Amino acid sequence: MGYRTYVLVCAGTACEASKSQAIYENLNKEVIAAGLEKEIQVVKTGCFGFCEKGPVVKVLPDETFYVNVKPEDATEIVKEHLVKGRNVTRLLYDKNQSKKNAKVEDIEFYQKQFRIVLRNCGLINPEDINEYIARDGYKALEKALFEMKPDDILEELKIAGLRGRGGAGFPTWKKWQITKEVNDSPKYVVCNADEGDPGAYMNRSTIEGDPHSILEAMTICGYTVGANKGYIYIRAEYPLAIKRLDIAISQAKELGLLGKDILGSGFDFDIEVRYGAGAFVCGEETALLASLEGNRGMPKPRPPFPSIKGLWNKPTVINNVETWANIPVILLKGGKWFSQIGTETSKGTKVFALTGKVNNSGLVEVPFGTTLREIIFDIGGGIKGGKKFKAVQTGGPSGGVIPEEYLDTPVDYENLTKLGSIMGSGGMIVMDETDCMVDVSKFYIQFSVDESCGKCSPCRVGGKQLLTILQKISEGKGEMDDLDRLKRIGFAMQKASLCGLGQTAPNPVLSTLKYFEKEYLEHIEEKKCRSSRCVNLLRYEIIPEKCVGCGLCAMKCPVNCISGEKRKPHYIDQEKCIKCGTCYEVCKFGAVLKE
Amino acid sequence: MPKLTLEELRKLREDTKKEISKRDVSDKSILVLVGMGTCGIAAGARETLQAFVEQIEKKGLTNVVIKPTGCMGFCYVEPTVEIIMPDMPDTLYGKVKAEVVEKIVDEHIIRKQLVSEFIFDKPAVDIVK
Repeated sequence: MGYRTYVLVCAGTACEASKSQAIYENLNKEVIAAGLEKEIQVVKTGCFGFCEKGPVVKVLPDETFYVNVKPEDATEIVKEHLVKGRNVTRLLYDKNQSKKNAKVEDIEFYQKQFRIVLRNCGLINPEDINEYIARDGYKALEKALFEMKPDDILEELKIAGLRGRGGAGFPTWKKWQITKEVNDSPKYVVCNADEGDPGAYMNRSTIEGDPHSILEAMTICGYTVGANKGYIYIRAEYPLAIKRLDIAISQAKELGLLGKDILGSGFDFDIEVRYGAGAFVCGEETALLASLEGNRGMPKPRPPFPSIKGLWNKPTVINNVETWANIPVILLKGGKWFSQIGTETSKGTKVFALTGKVNNSGLVEVPFGTTLREIIFDIGGGIKGGKKFKAVQTGGPSGGVIPEEYLDTPVDYENLTKLGSIMGSGGMIVMDETDCMVDVSKFYIQFSVDESCGKCSPCRVGGKQLLTILQKISEGKGEMDDLDRLKRIGFAMQKASLCGLGQTAPNPVLSTLKYFEKEYLEHIEEKKCRSSRCVNLLRYEIIPEKCVGCGLCAMKCPVNCISGEKRKPHYIDQEKCIKCGTCYEVCKFGAVLKE
Repeated sequence: MPKLTLEELRKLREDTKKEISKRDVSDKSILVLVGMGTCGIAAGARETLQAFVEQIEKKGLTNVVIKPTGCMGFCYVEPTVEIIMPDMPDTLYGKVKAEVVEKIVDEHIIRKQLVSEFIFDKPAVDIVK
């Protein structure tokens, strides 16, 4: 007997952190208590992308979408919705206060999205291979093994125009073709799941929600280039994704979709999972391969490219998680279908992890060519707290900031590069008027300095120098020459560094200098930080006319730098003040001036 | 000797597909609403709903969505079922016991003929909306 209703509970990392496991267990308990276990199935599934409002629960086929669900809500969902067919109104996503949106399609967050990579996320149970198979899973592999020759597969990818989603955007078919044509063996297939950009988590969610799509794609690649062994390099900080991969691999092996003589085709392929120890540079392909070999993760000069001399000096195809997830769909629906999505140079869709000062933070998949404004304001729901938009940072520590005047730029590889940023892996951090651009570039440079492997001096020394100068500026000790120095060091790093990390590390500095030079000048000339972020440039003063002499600020001041008689205006000793802002926060009369 | 042959994979996919396609509501044009108020449940709406799920699966219909809904206001003829589909007027059936379901699926959904003995009335427009 089939089920009439399905209750899908998000089991991505973000929702698990807010107790989705308990929600799942409670729902199951309530369903059994109501005697509905033969009619209703509760399914744990991958990330829905709407992390801002998690944990989310979706009821199908009703298409009801519940947000911010708590474990104790399970009783009401079962008793009201599942037994009586009435929506639990208070848990529906409420956008306009007056109108309760019950259906997913009514929610603006989903309206402009187009899901290829995340096609199964939030629909299937990632821990059950049968559900993936039911969604045409392993059908592309079937087609590849029995109906297509390796060259047909390359041709299909070429027509599709798929480019690497890891950042640089190298055509995928070309990578595969180079490896295929090298006369050497064995060959290897590697999945780069070492997602390290701050705020980016699209690869984690893809693996957590649909691990089999990666396995299937890697197997297809193995068949195409003539490799029999694949490795997935994933950061050890992703325990849930690792667990789902392990389950997926053992299920695929059990069914014979991995291993010897797959589906009777005579083709063997096996996949192993290897953990990264958390170094950012290991996301760079040559460093990743070094780490995979058991060596210290440091990049090598290219050429030779991994396609020719990669893992253990053998030809290796290495692609990012998101690139892999596109492959089965392209083979099934055809390269032509895929090439109709996107822009002239960038085909298909891109997943972005939208975070920062935006109302709907979450995972977003849009066709290339969607504008930044659509992503941030239509899907993201605009800036939190009604503040003013200042800039959006794309591409993580390797990317740059994009100011408001370029918000209508359609997103693709070339356009972002033109603006001084990069596509990167797809992190997108939104900043508002309270963010200081000097502070932002200081944060990213600090990150790159921490993560620099130290092999080449432009990156090792240059990054440190950039950081020192930025610290000087943020402390109000900057000189006019510093701006020129930042630019010179930055350009040198771009030109002379060994790998992508060093070459792109100055991007946050250079792009903020390009679009927000005025803010740097204010820091240097006026010793002022307009966003009040750089604490050393702040000055707190008591306005004598407003001060009633209550003494609260003096009492709360941690360094006792405020003095004055009772009921008479108080005074801040600027020499001793540490600019903690306590006086400003505690004053009930608005008598403390912050500038 | 492969563990799983091509034929076995295809069969596995066909078997599991039916189940998973029930979760997908896009491209489905026929909507069956079963009234699941207290009155409906007391009169056996749960059995009716389950019978619809079974019949739709048995007849291999892939474009039907079955949804439980609240009371439709026809408590005297529960269980009530409303069927909305192209080429047919929106129809409200009453007294749809589980035994009647097969007839309604055959006549109304497959042959596009009204089953007049179970038609009672149309609810007021505002209730439908």
